[in-house]
Amino acid sequence: MNGAAQPLIFYPGAPVRFDRLPRVPVADFRETVIRDVAQGARLAALFGLETPAAEIELVAILAHAERGVLAALTTRPGAVYPALTPDCPQAQGFEREVAEQWGVLPQGHPWLKPLRFHPPFGKRSAVWPPTPAEPSRPGVTDFFQMTGEEIHEVAVGPVHAGIIEPGHFRFQCHGEQVFHLEIALGYQHRGIERALIGGPTKRSIHFMETLAGDTTIGHTTAYAQVLEALGAGAVPSRAQALRAIALELERLANHVGDLGALAGDVGFLPTASFNGRIRGDFLNLTALLCGNRFGRGLIRPGGVAFDLDAARAKELRQRLAQAGRDTRSAVDLLWCTPSVMGRFEQTGTLTPEDCRGLGLVGPVARACGLERDVRYEFPFGVYCFEQIPVSTWTSGDVFARAYVRWLEIQRSLDFILAQLDALPEGPIAGTVGALMPEALVISLTEGWRGEIVHVAVTDAQGRFLRYKVVDPSFHNWMGLALAMRRQPISDFPLCNKSFNLSYCGHDL
Amino acid sequence: MLNILRARIRQGHRTVAYPRGEPILPDRFRGCPHREAGLCKTGCKACAEVCPTDCIRRTGRDGWQLDLGRCLFCGACAQACTAGALTFTREYRMAARTRNALQLDRDSLPPVEALRGAMQNIFGRSLKLRQVSAGGCNACEADINVLGTVVYDLGRFGIQFVASPRHADGLLITGPVTRAMELALKKTWAAVPEPRLVIAVGACAIAGGPYCDHPETLNGAGALVPVDLFVPGCPPHPLTILDGLLRLLGRLKRP
Repeated sequence: MNGAAQPLIFYPGAPVRFDRLPRVPVADFRETVIRDVAQGARLAALFGLETPAAEIELVAILAHAERGVLAALTTRPGAVYPALTPDCPQAQGFEREVAEQWGVLPQGHPWLKPLRFHPPFGKRSAVWPPTPAEPSRPGVTDFFQMTGEEIHEVAVGPVHAGIIEPGHFRFQCHGEQVFHLEIALGYQHRGIERALIGGPTKRSIHFMETLAGDTTIGHTTAYAQVLEALGAGAVPSRAQALRAIALELERLANHVGDLGALAGDVGFLPTASFNGRIRGDFLNLTALLCGNRFGRGLIRPGGVAFDLDAARAKELRQRLAQAGRDTRSAVDLLWCTPSVMGRFEQTGTLTPEDCRGLGLVGPVARACGLERDVRYEFPFGVYCFEQIPVSTWTSGDVFARAYVRWLEIQRSLDFILAQLDALPEGPIAGTVGALMPEALVISLTEGWRGEIVHVAVTDAQGRFLRYKVVDPSFHNWMGLALAMRRQPISDFPLCNKSFNLSYCGHDL
Repeated sequence: MLNILRARIRQGHRTVAYPRGEPILPDRFRGCPHREAGLCKTGCKACAEVCPTDCIRRTGRDGWQLDLGRCLFCGACAQACTAGALTFTREYRMAARTRNALQLDRDSLPPVEALRGAMQNIFGRSLKLRQVSAGGCNACEADINVLGTVVYDLGRFGIQFVASPRHADGLLITGPVTRAMELALKKTWAAVPEPRLVIAVGACAIAGGPYCDHPETLNGAGALVPVDLFVPGCPPHPLTILDGLLRLLGRLKRP
């Protein structure tokens, strides 16, 4: 380990001058990332950008949760560099992305394929140039295949049977048993990161609100924190509290909906039916706050756009308490119904080792016993002062992913009620100044699916030279693929629902 | 078993009174925008300038037009209007049969015309839809799913979402229609037996939403298939979708 470099240590939400990041030879870059990850750090982001001199630069962001700090370093890899993935599996998605976005080839990547099937952002030519006869498009690609007697392949999607987003799943099966699942996404690609370069523009915040529509608050808060950090903005404490209330309401709505959908997937209709309705009750509480069930228009750089007057706070508290009681009555049925537990337990089990190796986040990681939660590891906003206990379970199966959601529902309910009791007085919006030029900032939030990472690098004019978004689904899709190994294919809907990942959050 | 029955009694009857009773909307709900022409300042373009999707146009000296199909209902225009001429009403009935009908330059939108003749006979009392998300962010999808819950109980109107396009009378499309979904959407549409309907739900499916004019998208469903009903919103409130569907089928007698 001679070549390992010393990365720059800093904190989320604190901008650093971009030229302070150590720029090291690619061999040292590799060794440092591999070493730190082996010692317990997590690769929060690995992305490319094009410098004003039209060179491609790779930036690695390592999260050292035990110390609550981030570490960053960069390298200029040229056209080809030795891939990190063989020695650091959590780089697999990032390196496929780098190859596709910037035309840089990570040599030796074990499964190098496009992620989203689009042309490169920069001036470099594509690693996978499309031909007129065969335009590059999702699904039209090589898939991992098994051969042998009675081995068969099942292809599902992009159009699915339910009202959900598009994706393609390719199973290699032996009878009912799944040996391997390959997940091919990219159908939802709308060009968000490409369009963010040169921003912020008046559309940028709407990309954030619709980046993963069920995580509007999570992503918009992360974006607002980026602008506030770069623009020396101070967010009033009342706005911080309202943001946290909205974030927990988002978590409540989605977790309650997921538990209902899990019940539906095992044919237990009472909870499926009740939770479908209660989920709407939580969405309506967000609408009580800002007029929109998904929180569109609520989070704005500097604070929030809507205040919670006393009468509204009282109504919110009453309706929240009622929805909480309804949730308990509906969800408790799951745990005392043997037919439900029989289907949840020991289905789609992930090991903590795989979870760590792939850098999985959110309730998926917590269901493997990992204490991974941005609200605890890298607290932001109100969470710096008001902690929410991290909810974990250890069995790593569908049951654990369901039960962690139930634990979090209870913590979020308590948290919101406590916030409403102690809502700080004062304004709800502060000002955000001109963005700091030639800087890098990282903003983290814990969305209901897990860690949301936003990274901005600004140019000499303070515009986005690069804006990188890492939705928790970006990591966790691979977890679903692993959880399906040795499972009957008929358990796929249940396993899939227990992850409930975002297609558009991945495809951007 | 007793637990289930106890919970069932506790949860009660939760289907909304609508369409018989009045719909309940949040007081901060941003519905159809309204411009008070008398208050609007000549030559002021503040609303048009802040609009993230450029859906507002000032025409001539005092003309003003808002494309409801592109509107994200973010409220930036109303906030920018220092004269207080522009407000968001709580009008949730915004669906339209044609793209042109969404050009808001008059006081209210034309009512949705119901299907006629054979189409009315075939679909009026039973409509099976296949949903295709083509770049939708899962907000439109979520609020379409909501229509199937006990709250809206879509089944009571004879409307149902089905798993196969071959079992469907039409498509309900969300998302700006990404290039990556072009082929899948075309094939799904072709698999629906004729006569068939297409319903575009949300700003993205109508005109691309925040992603309009991105080379990665096709600016909405209309680029690929003929659309019979447009439902504006980002995302549309479930009641806006339901109202549009019921009017299309001629099932709603109230204004």
